[in-house]
Amino acid sequence: MTAPTPDALAPSAPSAPPVASGVAGRARAPRGSRRRTVWRWLLLLAFAVFFLVPLLAMLEFSTRGAGGRTFDAWRAIVKDPDLVSAITISLELAVLTAVGMLLLLVPVATWVHLRLPRVRRLIEFICLLPLTIPAIVLVVGVAPIYAWVTYFFGESSLTLTFVYVILVLPYAYRAIDNGLGAIDLRTLAEAARSLGAGWASVLARVVVPNIRGALVSASFLSVALVLGEFTLASLLNFNNLQVTINLLGKRDSAVSVAVSLASLVFAFVLLLALSYVGRRRASSGVTEEG
Amino acid sequence: MSASQPATARLSRLVPYLAIAPFLVYVTVFLLYPTLIVVAGAFTDDSNRLTSSTLRVLTEGVYLRAFARSIELSAVTAVAGAVLGALLAWAVWSGPREGPLRRAVTAAAGVLAQFGGVTLAFAFIATIGLSGVVTNFLQDQMGINPFSGGVWLFDMPGLMLVYVYFQIPLMVLVFLPALDGLRPEWREAVESLGGSGWDYWRNVAGPVLFPAFLGATLLLFANAFSAYATAAALVSQGSPIVPLKIRGFLTSEVILGQQNLGKALGFGMIIIVAVVMTLYALLQRRAARWLR
Amino acid sequence: MDVKSSVPRRGVVAGIAALALLAACSKPPAKTSTAEASKAATASSVSDVGGLDALVAAAKKEGSLNVIALPPDWANYGTQISTFSSKYGIKINSAQPDASSQDEINAAKQLASTSRAPDVFDVGLNIALANTTMFAPYKVQGWTDIPEALKEPSGQWFSDYGGYMSIGYDAKKVPAPTSMKDLLKPAYKGKVALNGDPTQAAAAFNGVVAAALANGGSADDVAPGVKFFSDLKKAGNFLPVDPTPTTVASGQTPVVIDWDYLNAAQATSLKGKVDWKVVVPRNAVVGSYYVQAINKDAPHPAAARLWEEFLFADQGQNIWLDGSARPVRADAMVKAGTIDQAAYAKLPPVAGTPVYLTDAQTNTAKNYLASHWTQAVG
Repeated sequence: MTAPTPDALAPSAPSAPPVASGVAGRARAPRGSRRRTVWRWLLLLAFAVFFLVPLLAMLEFSTRGAGGRTFDAWRAIVKDPDLVSAITISLELAVLTAVGMLLLLVPVATWVHLRLPRVRRLIEFICLLPLTIPAIVLVVGVAPIYAWVTYFFGESSLTLTFVYVILVLPYAYRAIDNGLGAIDLRTLAEAARSLGAGWASVLARVVVPNIRGALVSASFLSVALVLGEFTLASLLNFNNLQVTINLLGKRDSAVSVAVSLASLVFAFVLLLALSYVGRRRASSGVTEEG
Repeated sequence: MSASQPATARLSRLVPYLAIAPFLVYVTVFLLYPTLIVVAGAFTDDSNRLTSSTLRVLTEGVYLRAFARSIELSAVTAVAGAVLGALLAWAVWSGPREGPLRRAVTAAAGVLAQFGGVTLAFAFIATIGLSGVVTNFLQDQMGINPFSGGVWLFDMPGLMLVYVYFQIPLMVLVFLPALDGLRPEWREAVESLGGSGWDYWRNVAGPVLFPAFLGATLLLFANAFSAYATAAALVSQGSPIVPLKIRGFLTSEVILGQQNLGKALGFGMIIIVAVVMTLYALLQRRAARWLR
Repeated sequence: MDVKSSVPRRGVVAGIAALALLAACSKPPAKTSTAEASKAATASSVSDVGGLDALVAAAKKEGSLNVIALPPDWANYGTQISTFSSKYGIKINSAQPDASSQDEINAAKQLASTSRAPDVFDVGLNIALANTTMFAPYKVQGWTDIPEALKEPSGQWFSDYGGYMSIGYDAKKVPAPTSMKDLLKPAYKGKVALNGDPTQAAAAFNGVVAAALANGGSADDVAPGVKFFSDLKKAGNFLPVDPTPTTVASGQTPVVIDWDYLNAAQATSLKGKVDWKVVVPRNAVVGSYYVQAINKDAPHPAAARLWEEFLFADQGQNIWLDGSARPVRADAMVKAGTIDQAAYAKLPPVAGTPVYLTDAQTNTAKNYLASHWTQAVG
């Protein structure tokens, strides 16, 4: 395997398509890349059809009316009073969970790569465990813990953060682990340490900027999970977005499909906005000299 | 370490463990202890006495078949989701990194990876159910009856199709960070040496991506293995897979007093994932040796 | 990695784990809540609290009520909840509308020392019989109007409403079935759904019993019922999907075997969109009542008791009747003239003598189902 060059201390240059980069002025082989582009767009089209058709079927059902299309079901969504507070709670939970996940996982994943290769499989297994146990079984074990959580932290729905961080572990760990595997962490860390940086600096100013893509992926997964989580919140009798949507949908079936679709669109717009925030953050990492 | 070692060096050696201690404590309280409670509950009945009915569960034919079906469902959708997801990830990654396409696809992938349950089941029934939009289109416009061989949507094939719907987005999100690690210089190097695209993927990018691909497939396997809300809505009769059997034991209002069997099945699921993880670790070690 | 420094690491990890385990093994100290101090927690009738007005005052002071497993379109519970809320100004937290009776008990156990635990239960009879230790005995004001067979003598549980097994169908898509046997005809191919798995849901269980009665079986013998569904599946008529209002509205489940009040509620809510009709199959009339109970450790004991009083007063009983369920005090209300005559007349007609399963018959039936259902429809 060819070793990445030492100037990989800098985050790799964004925005240039990999195929076209390299020595300035050297044209890429036109035939190969055009065929690649055709394949690329064909694939994207095929996937787009596969993913959009069921959503369109939902839209079709939610707008069925006595004489054609009607948006009554959609209008009913905005009239519900509980929805706004449910959205607020879920957004707060999403932020808390993402932050908690990052604080817990980034140090662990880094150390596993750098210094503790022997515990790697153990950590991987621990981070896979929340996904092995169905939520209905997990709640049996979590409920006694929640008696204590309620005792210390009260009855707010925000205490769901504790469990949500656990639920998010499998996805986030995998994304962060893949991101760390893609950079030459050892060289970077040793270089930074030899320049006199402490471990906190290494983490904050070397590791994080270089795995920004993975961190954004992990945060996406966390936010999407929290916004879409229903089972645990429902079984613990908390009111988050999906629980409220479920109750709202009980009134009318067209409304239930409409509001589910609306929550998907809402989460999509939110994540899209997040992706702009994630990229525009000024890099405070170690950059290449000269 | 000898006492003459400078204190700072000793401290710096402890730092890795201090760094993961909060994680371990947190995980112990909120994950390992609940798991222990479930496993302990598997071996006690309703009045908290030890019972041996658990062993019956883990060895009776009905439940072994359910495990087999669960494993088959998870493995097929994991591999299918991994391959298709990797393809989609490649298609997205080949474009500009900050471009609108990648942003839109990652945001959509984030949303659809967590989309499931009754709504997803309904969406698919509305699409290719017996009176779905696509079914009607195929029958009316093209004369094809997709259900001429039987109603497969509410059986394992249907479950596989619906599961792939959220497996692919998950793969995209988890695999893109790995693709980001492919340096364009490597491709240039291969091409300047006279190699083709196939050479590049087989000898350079493939081995680099393999560990991440395997890890992502493992995640997809576990994701499908424990998913039950979607299956519960699609296949409400017979509980063919393990999570549905667990739900039956824990929430049945007809046959009572078998909650410990549900927990036992949960314990069984943990064992199976542990076994799969061991295989995965072996594969990773093999691949690492091959990479050298 | 230095071997010696791994020993303190392992020690630290083990120590933390042990501490955490030890701490978590015990229950948190119970907060002295006003619920324990109040009279309502041990009241077994309205007179123990000092009259209905005192109960109302105590309930208003508690301010909210936790209910569970009450979908708004199930026997008109939506109206029950909104009427109670606006009448007494008490907020009702309706949790887990899709929960089964067992889920209600699970929730009460798991949320035991929190303020989110359910205050009242609406469960199937067999669940109530298995969990009487969790209930607080209470006799509502209309206690004597409830038939003896439908209540527990000390008031731990008491029937609230009931119905009969029925076939609901989309009149525009399928011909009207008069009996269960009709459903085997080719006209119903890929159209018949059962509300749940009979080994898990009471509604589906009673559906199988009704099928048994229609095919030569009896309350003691449900084998013909299981065979009926097996034949249904072989004919390609049986849909294993879970019927919900959404699947009914979108035409994916044109025939649903379910309680008559649930099918009738569908007919009302889908008026104009789907021509949903309800028929109780001739000579295969299976009836069942659900029961109410109050959680012994209810976080809002006064509100819980007021809710029961409300449900069993004429107003609450009539709201259930409006949802096409048969309230337990119906006979007494007919005699007293307080029943809602219009709603009473709109109930689906029943031909034949209703069959109610005894506890022993239920046990036999469910054992048979447990060992035969999966193979029959798998």
